[in-house]
Amino acid sequence: MIRLRTRAVPPPPVTPGEVLAETEGLRVRLGAREVLAGVDVTVRAGEVLALVGPNGAGKSTLLSALAADLTAAEGVVRIHGRPAAQWSAPELALRRAVLPQSAALSFPFTVEEVVRMGRAPWAGTPLADQDDMAVAAAMAATEVPAFAVRPFSALSGGERARVALARVLAQRAPLLLLDEPTAALDLKHQELVLRLCRERARAGDAVVVVLHDLGLAAAYAHRVAVLHAGRIAADGPPAEVFDERLLSEVYDQPVEVLPHPRTGAVLVAPRRDL
Amino acid sequence: MRRIRRGPAWLLTIGLVAALLVLVPLAAGIGAYPIPVGDVLSSVQHKAGLGGTELDRVAESVLWNVRFPRIVLALLVGASLGCAGALMQGVFGNPLAEPGTIGVSLGAAVGAVAAIALGLNFLGNWTLPAMAFVAGLCTVLLVYAMSRAGGRTEVVTLILTGIAVNAFCGALVGLFIFLADTAAVNQITFWQLGSLSQATWPKVLAVLPCAAAGLLLAPLYSRRLDLLALGDRPARHLGVDVERLRIVLILVVALLTAAAVSVSGVIGFVGLVVPHLLRMAAGPGHRFLIPGSALGGAVVLLGADLAARTLAAPAELPLGVLTALVGSPFFFWLLRRTRRKQGGWA
Repeated sequence: MIRLRTRAVPPPPVTPGEVLAETEGLRVRLGAREVLAGVDVTVRAGEVLALVGPNGAGKSTLLSALAADLTAAEGVVRIHGRPAAQWSAPELALRRAVLPQSAALSFPFTVEEVVRMGRAPWAGTPLADQDDMAVAAAMAATEVPAFAVRPFSALSGGERARVALARVLAQRAPLLLLDEPTAALDLKHQELVLRLCRERARAGDAVVVVLHDLGLAAAYAHRVAVLHAGRIAADGPPAEVFDERLLSEVYDQPVEVLPHPRTGAVLVAPRRDL
Repeated sequence: MRRIRRGPAWLLTIGLVAALLVLVPLAAGIGAYPIPVGDVLSSVQHKAGLGGTELDRVAESVLWNVRFPRIVLALLVGASLGCAGALMQGVFGNPLAEPGTIGVSLGAAVGAVAAIALGLNFLGNWTLPAMAFVAGLCTVLLVYAMSRAGGRTEVVTLILTGIAVNAFCGALVGLFIFLADTAAVNQITFWQLGSLSQATWPKVLAVLPCAAAGLLLAPLYSRRLDLLALGDRPARHLGVDVERLRIVLILVVALLTAAAVSVSGVIGFVGLVVPHLLRMAAGPGHRFLIPGSALGGAVVLLGADLAARTLAAPAELPLGVLTALVGSPFFFWLLRRTRRKQGGWA
């Protein structure tokens, strides 16, 4: 069959600080509810941006908007400088990788096959010969090679989450959008995943990560955006944003922010009077 | 997706091709007028202009006007059914999807029955496949629209939709039979049992375009079908234009189902059993599964047709009855297994 579509062109290398995604006055409605009510956010290369906030604040919706999954009711989403709707699916796949909140699979593909699916966007491009290397590196980084040949469906929740992350890393897109990558993970692997985010940022990628654990956000994010009822309540470095009054109000729960006794890093904990 | 499990996939391909090479001359030789396999090969050689000798007039006629068209039809129908099953399971992300179980075959049958009952002939020889295609396409679109919710197709919804659609299409078939005259009723009844016994070269030509188009298009989408297993959104994140892919594949499924149904009525379960067995043996990668299911379907249907016309000779078992007898228990087992894996239907 003759292919009428032209091949998607891989993006040029990004420079540190370059804006890879941004929203301007973004409003999104899901049904009757306005989930995002005017959000301005900028995602830069070389930076880990954490999206935090209570349940239903709009974190996942904002992430979906940055992934070009949603149509805005108002405002604009730009990815690599171009409005999201103007990119084709294959072009987007070379520019952003997305980790969904829960990983499902309808057929029993093996772990390695699943990770290799992350290379699909590169088929037919000159970078396709990096496939094996990218898959191996992503699997090693997420510590999944031990069950490479097992079917994905036979894994535990935490193992699945790491395999899904490996698939996203293997895609090697300059913009990484991760929706609660740590939700199913134990302490060690939570740290591992956020260290990986930092590594990717240091290598020049932009990483947006939805987190519930404010301690992780404080420790690993360069910048934190606090969402509250569909708006950005605060946006800046963790040390500035994590303010007791602001967090207590946003979460409707008294929160303490204290310096770590040994390192002085920001610690966030709910205030408990037991 | 590459290189992994090449072993089983290659072995299966070789095994299936070998089975085909054995079955075809056997099926050509066995029957009410037996022709030794050596004579079959010799006659084929002669036709191809590679030596060999012509058989006597009767044998030559039985071989080329009765047996071979029937074999070619069995291969086309089997390949179409197997391939359609594999495609449909991929599109719905559901191992229980099959043209028969979800009502698409019977939907296509409505078109074919209408063509027979109303004596339609606007496209000549191609009228029946064309009507089956249009009706089948409408049915797939209907099932698709009714059984999807929130970007997913749940097993229960799919099967129940299939029951509803099968009931409705069954009623329509009944209605057309009621409206038809006696000659047409006989033709419909015979056709409905799913037999290949009236195979002729014009019949082969009538379904060839549908079947060939479907079989050639299907493998182009295997890599994208693999990605679809991750779900709609993740597939889109990996560059698949999901909506377009689904529309195209639904068209292909309708083509293949129409080809199969317009020849031989509803032959169930081939599209369910063949892809499933291959997936268990060689993994779920569609690059093997789609051509493999076409090949496997061809082998199974040729074998089934051979059994149908020899087991109760000189009478002939209806092919559709035979495949349903073997296929239904398998479907039941599959249902139990899927249920167990999901921990009940909730």
